[in-house]
Amino acid sequence: MFKQFISGVEGMDQYLIFSMIVFIVFFVGVLIYVVRMTKEEVDVLSNIPLTDKETDCHE
Amino acid sequence: MTHIEKFSYDNKIVRDFGIATVIWGIVGMLIGLLAAIQLYEPAANLGNPYTTFGRIRPLHTNAVIFAFVGNAIFMGIYYSLQRLCKARMFSDVLSRLHFWGWQLIIVAAAVTLPLGITSSHEYAELEWPIDIAITLIWVIFGWNMFGTILRRREKHLYVAIWFYIATFVTVAVLHLVNSFQLPISFFKSYYWYSGVQDALVQWWYGHNAVAFFLTTPFLGLMYYYLPKAANRPVYSYKLSILHFWTLIFIYIWAGPHHLLYSSLPNWAQSLGTAFSIMLIAPSWGGMINGLLTLRGAWDRVREDAILKFFVVAVTAYGMATLEGPLLSLKNVNAIAHFTDWIVAHVHVGALGWNGLMTFAMLYWLAPKIYNTKLYSMKLANTHFWLATLGIAFYAIPMYWSGWQQGQMWKDFGPDGMLVYPEFIKTTLSIAPMHIMRSIGGTIYLTGVFVMAYNLYKTVKSGSLVANEAAEAAPLLKNENHGKEYWHRVIERKPTLMLVLSLIVIMIGGAVEMVPTFLIKSNVPTIAAVKPYTPLELEGRDLYIKEGCVGCHSQTVRPFRSETERYGEYSKAGEFVYDHPFLWGSKRTGPDLSREGTAKLFKQDSWHYYHLVKPSEMTQGSIMPPYPWLTKNELNTSQTVSKIKAMRTLGVPYPKDYENQALSDLKKQAEKIAANLKKEGVRNDDKSEVSPNMEVIALIAYLQRLGTDITKSEKTNP
Repeated sequence: MFKQFISGVEGMDQYLIFSMIVFIVFFVGVLIYVVRMTKEEVDVLSNIPLTDKETDCHE
Repeated sequence: MTHIEKFSYDNKIVRDFGIATVIWGIVGMLIGLLAAIQLYEPAANLGNPYTTFGRIRPLHTNAVIFAFVGNAIFMGIYYSLQRLCKARMFSDVLSRLHFWGWQLIIVAAAVTLPLGITSSHEYAELEWPIDIAITLIWVIFGWNMFGTILRRREKHLYVAIWFYIATFVTVAVLHLVNSFQLPISFFKSYYWYSGVQDALVQWWYGHNAVAFFLTTPFLGLMYYYLPKAANRPVYSYKLSILHFWTLIFIYIWAGPHHLLYSSLPNWAQSLGTAFSIMLIAPSWGGMINGLLTLRGAWDRVREDAILKFFVVAVTAYGMATLEGPLLSLKNVNAIAHFTDWIVAHVHVGALGWNGLMTFAMLYWLAPKIYNTKLYSMKLANTHFWLATLGIAFYAIPMYWSGWQQGQMWKDFGPDGMLVYPEFIKTTLSIAPMHIMRSIGGTIYLTGVFVMAYNLYKTVKSGSLVANEAAEAAPLLKNENHGKEYWHRVIERKPTLMLVLSLIVIMIGGAVEMVPTFLIKSNVPTIAAVKPYTPLELEGRDLYIKEGCVGCHSQTVRPFRSETERYGEYSKAGEFVYDHPFLWGSKRTGPDLSREGTAKLFKQDSWHYYHLVKPSEMTQGSIMPPYPWLTKNELNTSQTVSKIKAMRTLGVPYPKDYENQALSDLKKQAEKIAANLKKEGVRNDDKSEVSPNMEVIALIAYLQRLGTDITKSEKTNP
């Protein structure tokens, strides 16, 4: 089945490879950031919609 | 201690967009129902051009996407953005301009599309003056949104806002790139691109309109309203970051999956398929995040209709986003493309994901901004069941019908011949499913009426809190954040977020489009392919005006089942003078790209009678009759400018050919009229068919279709 996806792409396969590399680099970057987030940060951020009525002081 | 600022939220604009959502929802769905009925009862076109399928099908899609869902997006954003930023909308004047401008655009669409004023690009049918209006109003929306974000009192941009920003920036890019048109008059233009390139741009747009108008804004809304309704934070904020960036990165590449097995270069098709499969991951990331937000609150889902709507909406999103990538596999696409399967797929998304999410937001918002309680939870529950059953009754018959017709088209007997060489047999076999589909749609629409009543009673029991008092501390300037990760910096900088989103979505578009536009070998030219004659060009414009492309494709895929039925498969070089391309996306009737060839040859008289009374020429035909084509004179006042415009776009009409165009047009028309006379054709009142009628031009175009390539197969290179 895989054959039919790559047939007829001769000479243009560099676009497929380039696309894959760009995506992997991008994905790994986001992944590294996400993994390094602390639980405190995550808690603050995910509670933003639930703090509508409360006043917020930036001390 | 910081000083606390008092301000107010603008609820009036939320209310206005809410009312527009309900009204346009009902209108859009009613038009859809009318169109659906015409597919088994052509007389439901009410006997006039303005309410005939080809013209109201784009009206239905535009009304539902841009009027119903569009207003729902703005309603949802205007409420949540203010709260998430702890700030009133940047400018009340811009809010009002945005609201009324958007409604005027919708009215303009509702007037021009039934009049046959259309560019023919799916979901972008509106002509160029309306395109400009859309651009202006979109800029106003963005200005208002960014103004609000910049004035916010909340340090961080919650994930919902990222989705809003990505939506704004990507829709702007899509709209601009897909609106490159050369105006001929106030109501007519030709697309800058032609053939394969036009197809690639259109489906890059079409696919991403789904992505960035029907998906990303609604995911943003989900991240606000679902936690609010469930009163608990989103399941995983980390997942939301990962799925946001991967979703907007990957989505933009997947457009070519709408053009599988077409004459689009193979590598672009492969790229579309690969990225479509990858899309499952971020799409399901969103679905899982939505559903798991309800962990520990499932007991409430049993009673709370709003949560029920959310659950089924998010589930429908998950189903549609698994199905979409599967449909992008070439072997699945070979069966499903051009059939009702695709109609089922988009309606699971539109009725399920967009519809139910919108209803949930309306039920949640109305009591909030009217400071009251929902009039009846019982009615809301009734609506929930009507909506869910309506979707099932709609989608199941359409899946059945799509599969059945797809198989019948491909069915070969033991003798190696097509079992159903007559297309009409496949159409008639699915008529019962079309009847059931319209029943499903009616059930769903009934639910919307129940909701409208419930909301009306709710609103009547309270009073609008037009300006809701709020207070928050202002953001401190020059705060020391110490050493931070890059994403935390982005989260606080909306402009940087916008630029990054723009770069991320531009990569995919550029890799796909630039080579197809720049590398000559991507569109091999065919020497025998010549520009349309002036009469054929006018006929083609009538084909566009009547929306024939809504039911008839013009591209033969390289399958034996198609070359047996229609003739030689389509080559990229055949479409180089097609501004716009007319490949279509649905075969309610047969493909027409080889209509004029010897294999499918029909006399001029056949076409005449077929256009006037289709069911007399093909028994059981569900094509609407077009008697007005024999009564309307062809308007040739723009023929000269059309030839000039085409030359500007690169169509090689000889120098000064426009001076000769009208006499050539007349000669060709007289020849066809003479043929009709010879073949014994008479109008209803027994008069001879005049060469000046619209029907003559359309016949000329239909007889030309696909004939070039049979003259010569020479290609370059």
